[in-house]
Amino acid sequence: MTETKRELPPDGAKRAKQDGREYPRDPEPAEGPLLEVRGLQKHFPIKGGAMRRVIGQVKAVDGVSLSVDRRETVAIVGESGCGKSTTGRTIIRLEEPTGGEVIFRHPELGPVHVEDADTKTLEKIRPRMQFIFQDPMASLDSRMTVGRVISEPLVINKVLKGRALKDRVAELLTVVGLRPEHASRYPHAFSGGQRQRIGVARALALDPDLIICDEPVSALDVSVQAQVINLLEDLQERLGLTYLFISHDLSVVEHIADRVAVMYVGRVAEIADTQELFKRPLHPYTEALLGAVPQPDPRKRHVTAPLKGEVPSPANPPSGCYFHTRCPYAQQRCIDETPALREIPADQGGSAEGTRRPRRVACHFAEELELTGAVVASQAALAAVDVQPSELL
Amino acid sequence: MIMGRDGADGRDRLDELGRGSGDAIITVRDLQVEYKTTLGTVSALNGVSFDISRGTVLGVVGESGSGKSVTARAIMQILERAGRITDGSILFRRTTGDREMMSDEAETESAIGASGEVDITGLKPTSDTMRAIRGSDIAMIFQEPMSSLNPVYAVGAQIQEAILLHQTPDKQKSWDQAVDMLRQVGMPNPERIANSYPHELSGGMRQRAMIAMALSCHPALLIADEPTTALDVTTEAQILALMVRLKEEIGMSIMFITHSMGVVAQLCDEVIVMYQGRVVERAQVEDIFYHPKHPYTRSLLRSIPRIGAAEHAPLEVIKGSVPDPYSKVSGCPFHPRCPDFIGDVCVTVIPPETLLAGPSRHGVRCHLYDDQLTRDELEPVFGSWAGSTTEALR
Repeated sequence: MTETKRELPPDGAKRAKQDGREYPRDPEPAEGPLLEVRGLQKHFPIKGGAMRRVIGQVKAVDGVSLSVDRRETVAIVGESGCGKSTTGRTIIRLEEPTGGEVIFRHPELGPVHVEDADTKTLEKIRPRMQFIFQDPMASLDSRMTVGRVISEPLVINKVLKGRALKDRVAELLTVVGLRPEHASRYPHAFSGGQRQRIGVARALALDPDLIICDEPVSALDVSVQAQVINLLEDLQERLGLTYLFISHDLSVVEHIADRVAVMYVGRVAEIADTQELFKRPLHPYTEALLGAVPQPDPRKRHVTAPLKGEVPSPANPPSGCYFHTRCPYAQQRCIDETPALREIPADQGGSAEGTRRPRRVACHFAEELELTGAVVASQAALAAVDVQPSELL
Repeated sequence: MIMGRDGADGRDRLDELGRGSGDAIITVRDLQVEYKTTLGTVSALNGVSFDISRGTVLGVVGESGSGKSVTARAIMQILERAGRITDGSILFRRTTGDREMMSDEAETESAIGASGEVDITGLKPTSDTMRAIRGSDIAMIFQEPMSSLNPVYAVGAQIQEAILLHQTPDKQKSWDQAVDMLRQVGMPNPERIANSYPHELSGGMRQRAMIAMALSCHPALLIADEPTTALDVTTEAQILALMVRLKEEIGMSIMFITHSMGVVAQLCDEVIVMYQGRVVERAQVEDIFYHPKHPYTRSLLRSIPRIGAAEHAPLEVIKGSVPDPYSKVSGCPFHPRCPDFIGDVCVTVIPPETLLAGPSRHGVRCHLYDDQLTRDELEPVFGSWAGSTTEALR
């Protein structure tokens, strides 16, 4: 089974139509990205003193720009506290943005500014953007049956009712690999992986364009994690979905994402096509993150010189480049001057031909630094697990 | 004929074969743990056996519910109220001779061997000997440091408490030692950290504080129960590097429980793979990754995404999920999910352990390797494992 699937030509082809498979949606309009985020900000006020006056700002998200094309998976990675989740929540307006723009291309309304949309417009946009949460136990109401959990978005949006509603729930359960009769059970009766499938079914209920997945597999065991990742990839292919995939697990991101945005203290440090980013990072922070991934290969032990120190507090970030306090290449300029997120031309280590979008990085010395990419799995280690049982003896 | 052996059979042979390997700091044999719940009895461990050699890191991998943490808790005698060790032995070789503490207890007499060897299963969890071992000889760190640290005491005071209890009654000396421990685990500005409360520290710092506390009494064995699971990759790498350093500098043995194959590959010397309260495979770390034998180990390795692997090939999935602990699976516990299922024998017979040829102590519990069972390969070092395999041959 795995043999046949591995023959797929690499990259891009993931979304190529497979024989016999049809996309339920119209071919994509050529005009632009599904989601565009420009300079998004979310500052939380710090209140203090007797009068509860605002005495400071936690700049959780501080000028994030990225775009997501239709049927693409863009990952946001970074350490905890870097603003990945807040970015996701602000895009969908679970948090009110304090600045910047979020433009979502609605199939009927065209490009809509989410950040200042009124309630009416939001009601139209939100069904097209759905969310999958990290902890499937916390995000499913334990007093609702699975059927009610999944049908709730359909009921609230008055899409379906009665028999049709029941059928749709059954269909959704089947799509995510559960059985229709599971609809009458409660979330506690399911394992972690199954609960996450229920979360996926709920997100799919309104037939969305964009799904924001906030650490959807972090709480799961490895074997179950593989099931959910495969499910997400399969659904993307079948339903033409677009994912904004928030994760701290770089191995998962390398597997699932087309492009990756690396965030550090509320800002984007680097954004590039996955393969390029992993092969040749341009930001020292990306290099540090990649170097810290423990490789499942005992012949490639590399956990030696990890990044020192801690992520600075977004309430009191350092001057200049936020990363200068931990950066092994930092110079005076990094302390004085905030680097802009700028495009790197191909001849200076930027995007090679055939990449989706130009590569962008926020580092003064991106062109000069020769950074190391991720440690890759050795062919021998990969081959070792692919042996047929008959050859083992 | 081959029979399901995961019980007392092997235990009889334990004395014959000598009490495990002399080089091992801890020798666990046929450990069985049960939990009595309102829904029935759950067998959490069904005969777990392994050794940890001095100065090595043993990785314990498996999915949730495989019995990794229960094994650790049984060694520390900190099982939850409903849990009980029903059979087996845990032989711990104490290095710190603190004999007076033990002598006033009748119950420990039988548990203490000639060379400071203690059978932990023979001790009461509340006995003085167990309390002396806990913390001072064997220390444990947990996944979530916030729930293991007391929020109302400063970090330094909590480390000091352990030192006062086990090492010195001198307040100033113990405080200095606590600060020094914080320095050793790589805390910047340890004097300030010692006076901070847990909530003032980040996740990585808290985990370091836990490690400092665990190491404060220079334990011979450190049990680390998923200490990096809740941490970021960068912090995880820092903690792993710290572990490697401590192992090399102090010569401490570590039992490292994790579900991350990456962490195992980076840190461990030997690995046991657990499934449903059994050790299904044990080997040197190289062998686990380059010559995995058990279908479960192989499936686990195929299901992890690897950087640089074939792009967009779907990950292999282990069908089904970990069985419900209340249901009993007959035969090999992995057979309902096994990709290499070979028939009736898997359903009816619990596979004995096969030791594979070669010098590398590679053991696997799977019927695929049944015909490799040969007496010559057995080394007496493995106590009941050897016991159950030879028994199986008769």
